[in-house]
Amino acid sequence: MIHDFSIVWAERNLLISGLMTTVLLSFLAATGSLMLGALLSTALVRKVGVASVAARAFADAMRCTPFLLFAYLIYFGLPSLGVRFDGWWAGAVALTAYHSAYMGEVLRATWVAQPPAPLEAGHAFGFTGFRLFRRIVLPPLIFSSAPVVGNQVIQIVKDSAFLTVIALPELTHAASSIQSRHYVPFAAFIAAVLLYWAICLTIEMGVGVVGRMAESRR
Amino acid sequence: MSLADMLTILSATTATLLLSVTGILLGLPIGLGLALVRWARVPLANQFVRACVSLLRATPLVTLVLLLFFALPNAGIAVGPIAAAVIALTLNTSAFNCEIWRAALIDFPKDQLEAAQSVGMRRLTYLHRIVLPQIARSSLPALISEMSQVIKVTPVLAVVGVVEITRAAVRVGAETFEPLPPFLFALAIYLPIIYALLRLQRRFELNAEMPA
Repeated sequence: MIHDFSIVWAERNLLISGLMTTVLLSFLAATGSLMLGALLSTALVRKVGVASVAARAFADAMRCTPFLLFAYLIYFGLPSLGVRFDGWWAGAVALTAYHSAYMGEVLRATWVAQPPAPLEAGHAFGFTGFRLFRRIVLPPLIFSSAPVVGNQVIQIVKDSAFLTVIALPELTHAASSIQSRHYVPFAAFIAAVLLYWAICLTIEMGVGVVGRMAESRR
Repeated sequence: MSLADMLTILSATTATLLLSVTGILLGLPIGLGLALVRWARVPLANQFVRACVSLLRATPLVTLVLLLFFALPNAGIAVGPIAAAVIALTLNTSAFNCEIWRAALIDFPKDQLEAAQSVGMRRLTYLHRIVLPQIARSSLPALISEMSQVIKVTPVLAVVGVVEITRAAVRVGAETFEPLPPFLFALAIYLPIIYALLRLQRRFELNAEMPA
């Protein structure tokens, strides 16, 4: 058993590069989906209008689609329509687009639960449109939705592992390569699992920091 | 894509549903059991469950199923693709269900325990007759959401060779060199199933918001 782990240690460069890909991919998808989700939430909170109906349809469709099927649609399906990506970008686009629907839904739920007074005060001070959203709506929204957004980011990290199926060289793919090269399945995959755990615990710590920032602002 | 191809994908729905239902039916009571171990603060078991749940919640299902499929035979336990898939799915959903049940147990009002004690109710009866019916109702929306999550992760189990809806669509796409139609067909199978769960979840959420 110790011998198995020393094999994984000898292949640590492969594992580290997989970890880096997972972290980079998740970071890009998390920032991208959070921004798109914020945009989407402005349409989701409205009750009428074309934008609201379109946003609701997109959000519900994504929430009813398995992520892997969506990734396949982007990676294998879009080239038949003339849009071509390599595995890396197909994965990044799929992760971002898919999770922006979830982020939009999370932000909408928090937005609806916000007290109306600051918004009315903002209106009274002459804030409108994008400036109202950025200055008055968004800051408290970020603080109160931080725990749920954190959970969604963890979901992104875990969904990025699914992309091993389209041969994207992320952490699980690296562990698979080590396992198939040396036949050390337990050591290789446990190493990957522990690294995923470390990523998720880091994200949870980050959410804790944001929570304390929110406390001090109050 | 021919009619036969459509039937191939459609018949794989059985595999998706069997996997999901097995995972859900096993995961619900196991999750409750784990939550009760943590709630009762059973020494050692509490810390052990806490660490396991945290680890499992952070582990992607692909990684877990690959680990089980390749490492269990090494440890002398023979598992086929389906067994590995079911075990992985159950472990995964049990960890999430444990947190849902646990949150409901933590939120449970303490005065009901005092009321139960004042009429001399036994601890187990209290749990069974007073706590469980109420937390089952309050955690229902979250549990249904987790059920749709289970269906949404089943395509990943194909990495160990289980043929479910998505895998069947990949095969048809590879044979016909036209991947888009089979994927859209697969999507058309998932959408109503998961959407029904989503609607159910929303209905129970509204019920929960209304005062009893």
